[in-house]
Amino acid sequence: MTWRPKEKICSRRRSDALINGEGESSGRRPGDTSLGKMSSIKQVINDAVEKGKEVYEKVRQPNPIRLRDLIRQIRSAKTAAEERAVVNRECAYIRLTFREEDSVWRCRNVAKLLYIHMLGYPAHFGQMECLKLIASPRFTDKRIGYLGAMLLLDERQDVHLLITNSLKNDLNSSTQFVQGLALCTLGAIASPEMSRDLAGEVEKLLKSSNAYIRKKAAVCALRIILKVPELMEMFLPATRSLLSEKNHGVLITGVTLITEMCRQSPDMLSHFKKIVPNLVRILKNLIMAGYSPEHDVQGVSDPFLQVKILKLLRILGCGDSEASETMNDILAQVATNTESSKNVGNAILYETVLSIMDIKSESGLRVLAINILGRFLLNADKNIRYVALNTLLRVVHADNSAVQRHRTTIVECLKDADISIRRRAMELCFALINGNNIRTMMKELLAFLEKAEPEFKASCSSKCVLAAEKYSPNVKWHIDTLLKVVQAAGNHVPEDVVSSSIQLISEARSEQPYAVGELWRLLSVAQMEFQPLIQVATWCIGEFGDILLSGQSDVTVVESELIAVYQQILWSSQCSITTKEYALTSLMKLSARLNHEIGSIQQVVSAFGSHLNIELQQRGIEYSQLFTKHSHMRGPLLERMPPFEGTKAGREEGKAALTNGIDSSPDNQALLNDLTTLNNNTNDSYESNALLDLLGGMEPGDGDKVQPTNTVTTGVTPIVPAAPSSNADILDLLGGLDTGPTMPSAISNVNITVAPNQLPSNGNASFLLDGLLNNSTSVTSPVTSLQNFNNISSPVSQQSSIPGINAYDKNGMKLDMTFEVQESLTTINMQATNNTGSQVTDFLFQAAVPKSLQLQMLNPSSTTLAPSGTLSQVIKVNNPNKVALRMRIKLSWTANGSQIQDQGEISNFPPALWQ
Amino acid sequence: MMQFMLLFSRQGKLRLQKWYEAHPDKVKKKITRELISTILTRKPKMSSFLEWKDLKIVYKRYASLYFCCAIEQEDNELLTLEIIHRYVELLDKYFGSVCELDIIFNFEKAYFMLDELMVGGEVCETSKVNLLKAIAAQDLLQEDEIVEMALRDMGLI
Repeated sequence: MTWRPKEKICSRRRSDALINGEGESSGRRPGDTSLGKMSSIKQVINDAVEKGKEVYEKVRQPNPIRLRDLIRQIRSAKTAAEERAVVNRECAYIRLTFREEDSVWRCRNVAKLLYIHMLGYPAHFGQMECLKLIASPRFTDKRIGYLGAMLLLDERQDVHLLITNSLKNDLNSSTQFVQGLALCTLGAIASPEMSRDLAGEVEKLLKSSNAYIRKKAAVCALRIILKVPELMEMFLPATRSLLSEKNHGVLITGVTLITEMCRQSPDMLSHFKKIVPNLVRILKNLIMAGYSPEHDVQGVSDPFLQVKILKLLRILGCGDSEASETMNDILAQVATNTESSKNVGNAILYETVLSIMDIKSESGLRVLAINILGRFLLNADKNIRYVALNTLLRVVHADNSAVQRHRTTIVECLKDADISIRRRAMELCFALINGNNIRTMMKELLAFLEKAEPEFKASCSSKCVLAAEKYSPNVKWHIDTLLKVVQAAGNHVPEDVVSSSIQLISEARSEQPYAVGELWRLLSVAQMEFQPLIQVATWCIGEFGDILLSGQSDVTVVESELIAVYQQILWSSQCSITTKEYALTSLMKLSARLNHEIGSIQQVVSAFGSHLNIELQQRGIEYSQLFTKHSHMRGPLLERMPPFEGTKAGREEGKAALTNGIDSSPDNQALLNDLTTLNNNTNDSYESNALLDLLGGMEPGDGDKVQPTNTVTTGVTPIVPAAPSSNADILDLLGGLDTGPTMPSAISNVNITVAPNQLPSNGNASFLLDGLLNNSTSVTSPVTSLQNFNNISSPVSQQSSIPGINAYDKNGMKLDMTFEVQESLTTINMQATNNTGSQVTDFLFQAAVPKSLQLQMLNPSSTTLAPSGTLSQVIKVNNPNKVALRMRIKLSWTANGSQIQDQGEISNFPPALWQ
Repeated sequence: MMQFMLLFSRQGKLRLQKWYEAHPDKVKKKITRELISTILTRKPKMSSFLEWKDLKIVYKRYASLYFCCAIEQEDNELLTLEIIHRYVELLDKYFGSVCELDIIFNFEKAYFMLDELMVGGEVCETSKVNLLKAIAAQDLLQEDEIVEMALRDMGLI
C-alpha cells in the first residue's frame, strides 16, 4: 500500500468534505475483516489459499501480469509514447489470449482491457470476451463481464442478440446478485428489441418478494417504457403495489417509474391521480418521523425520496385543482419545516417551490415559495443563489409583484463573483423593470453595464435601450440614458442601439439643443474605443450643427475646434471605416451649417478623394464636386433630414415584444431583430419618399434617363414630387449619363431608370446619388443600408465595380467570366474562346460549387467552336449565406480528332460577389 | 434522469465514466474532452452548474478528483450534488478514506459501487447501510469462489 498518496478525496478537515460527524471510520481496507465479515478462520484459509495460488500461478506459464501491475506500468510511463508502447504490448498480448480462448485468465484480461479503454484506447475487440464472461457460471466472471458489457457495448450493437440470451438466463438465476447484475446491465444498455424480449422477465421480477430485486426491476421497467412506450400497460398492475412498500429503494424507484408513466401518457396520469393521498402520506411520514440513521442526510430524512415524491406531486397536481388542494398542506409543511442551512434542505425546498409554482396552489403558498427563493438569494452558497435566480426567472411572469419584493436582493446579485449568476441576475432585472422603478433599475444596470464582461455588453445595452423606450419618464431622461448606454458599452454597442439613439434625437425636436451639446462634450473627449458613440455624435452634430453653433445648447463651440475634432477622427488609424463614413458625411453636412471654416472642410473632404477605402474615396470625390462644379446645390442637398416619424408603430410592437419576456431566448431575439428590420423598413420608405422628392425635378426634363414614379411599395402614401427649383439642378449632375445602353432596373421601393455606364465621370454622378442615399440611410442597421445600397444603386455601381475574370486558359481554350449580382443570385456569363487553331467539337463544361450554394447551368449557346470562335454559357449561382465562392470545373472537348479533358478549381472570383 | 457521470483528475485524466444514454465512442470522447476542459478552466468562485447543450452539468471537486454529472432540464441540480456526495461517502466507507489512487487501482470496485447506487441513471437505493451490505455480500461471493477454486486446484476438494 505504499502507493497510497497523501491526499484523500474525502478529507475530514473541512466541514464540506464528506461525512460530517461520522468520520470516525478507520482506515479499513476492502478485504479486511470489516468487509466480508469473514471469520478469522476463513481469513487463515484465505491466506493459505493465496499462497497456494501464487505457487499455482508460477506453475502455469506464461502468466498474464496482474491488473494492478499493468496500471502501475502505465502510470510509470514518462511520456505519452512510452504509455502507448506499454498499452500496445499489453493489447497485443490480450488479443492473443482471446484468440487462444484462454478462459482461466479471461476475467483478468478483460479487466485490464477496461482500464486501457478508459485511457481512450480502442477496446472493441473485448466485446465478445465480455459475453463469454457473462456466460460463465462464476460470479467474479459475471461481475467483470457485465461491467465490460456496460462499458463496451451500447444499444446499437449487433452482439445484443447474444447478450439478450445471457440476460434472460441470469434474470431467472437463483442468486439475487446475479439477477441484480443482469438488471443493472439491462437498465444501462437496453435497446428496443431487448426491451421487448425481456419485458416479461422484468415484470415478473417487479413482483418478486425480494426488495433488492424489486427496486432494480422498477428502474428497468422505467428504461423499457422509455424505449418502448406501448409496454407500459404491462407494468401497470405491478407498479401500483410498489407504493405500499416500506423499503425506500423500492419506494423511490416506484415513484420514479410512476412519474415517467404519467409523463408519457395522459391515461396513466389520470389513473394515478388517486395516489395523491398515498404520496402525501409517505411524504408526511418522512417529515414527521424522527431521526432514522439509515436514511438521514444531515438531519433530513431521505431527501432523494422526498424530491422524487415532490416531482410526482407536481405532475399530478398540474392543472388539477382537486389534486392541488390535497397536496396544498403538505407542500406548505415541507416549505416551512425543512431546514435551510444546508444544501440538502435547499434541494428539497427548491423542488417544493417548483411544485408550488406549477400546481394550482393558493396565492399565500405562492408568496411563500417566492420568499423561499428570496431567502436563497441571500444564501452564502453560490449554487443556491444560481438556482434561485434561475427559478425566479421562470416564475417572474406569473408572479411579478411577488418577485418585485426581492428586487434589491436581485440587483445585488449583479455584483456577484460568479458570471453565470450575474447573467441570470441581469436577465431577471430586465424582467422586473417597470414604469415605477425604471430610474433606479436603469442606474444599477448602467453601473453593471460599465463593468460587465464584453460578452454581456451587446445584449445588455440592447435591452437597456428597449426598456428605456418602453418606460422612459421623459424624453430628456431617455436621451440621457441612451447616451450613457453608448458610453458604458463602448465598442460593444450593437448597431441597433446606434440607430435608435439617432432616431430618438432626430424625433425629439425640443431636446436637440441639449442632446447636441451633450454629444459634443462627449465627442471632444471620446476615445477610439467608443466608436458607436462617435457615430451617434457625428451624425447628430452633422444634422444639428447649427443648433450647436448658435449657442442654443449650453456649450459654446468654436468652428475651428469642431473641425479639429473631425480631423482627428477622420485621420485616426484606430477609427473604423463606418465611423469615418459617418464623420465624413457629417462634416459635409456641417459645410452647410458653418460660416467660416468651409475652406478647411473642403480640404479635408477632397483629401478623401484618394482614400484607400473605396467607399470613402467615393464620398470624397462626390462631396468635393459639391464644392466646385455644383456648389450652388450644396445647401439644398445637405438640408436637415426630416425626423424619422415613421418608426413609432414599429416601436410600439417592440414594446409588445418586450412585455412578452425579457429572456434572451433565440426566438425572442429573432423577433426583436425582425422588429428592428421592420423599423428600418419603415424608415426606408420614408427615405425613399425623400429621394423621390429629391429626384422629383428630373421628370419633366429628362424622362428618358431618370423616371421617378409614384409606386412606393411599402405602403406609405406616395408623395407626388413638387419639383422645387433647386432640386432640378440634379439634372445637371445626371445630365452626363447619356452614353451607354439604358438598362431598366427594378427597384423594390422606387422605380428609377438609371443609365448604367462605364464612364468614370458618369460613375461619379451615380455615386453621388448613392452617397446621398447612404447618407440618409446611415441611421439604419447595416443590413438595411446594404439592402438600400443594392436596391437603388447596385445596378449601376456593382456592374461597374465587379471585374470579370479569366477562369481558364490552357490547351488553347480560354474561359472568361463576367458577373451580375442580384441579392443572393450571381449570374455568371461564361465565354469560351477557341484559340486552338482548329475546329472544336463536343465542348462540355461542368462545374460544381460548395454545398451551401446552389448551381444552375443553362445550355451553352453551342457545343462547337470554329477557330477563334466563341460560345457562351450562363451559370447561375445562388449564394444565400454569402460565403466565398469557389468552383470546381471540368472541361472536355474534341479537337483534331483527339479528346482533351481537363479540370481545375476557380478560386479567384472577385470578393464583391458575396460581400 | 442522469445521462452520464464522469470522474476525472485535476490533470484532466479520466478516472471513471458511466453512460446511461447510448452514444458512439467518438461522441463520448468528444463530450468527455469538452467537459473536462470546460470544467477545469472554471474558477472556484463559480457555481457548480453549467448549461451545456440541452443538459445541465453538475460538478464538484473532491480533493484531486472532479465528479461531474449531466442531468436533464427537469432534474434537481442541488439534489444531484447530494447524489455525488452520497457516492463519495460510499467510496470513502468502502475504501476507508478514499483517495484518487484507490479509484485508479480499483476502478472496477468504484463501478460496482455506482451500479448499486444508481441503475439506468436513477437512484435506486437511498440507504447507505443496505448499499454497503450488498457490496460486501457480493465481494464475499467472489472471495468464496476464489477459495473454492484454489482448493479445487490444489486438489483439496
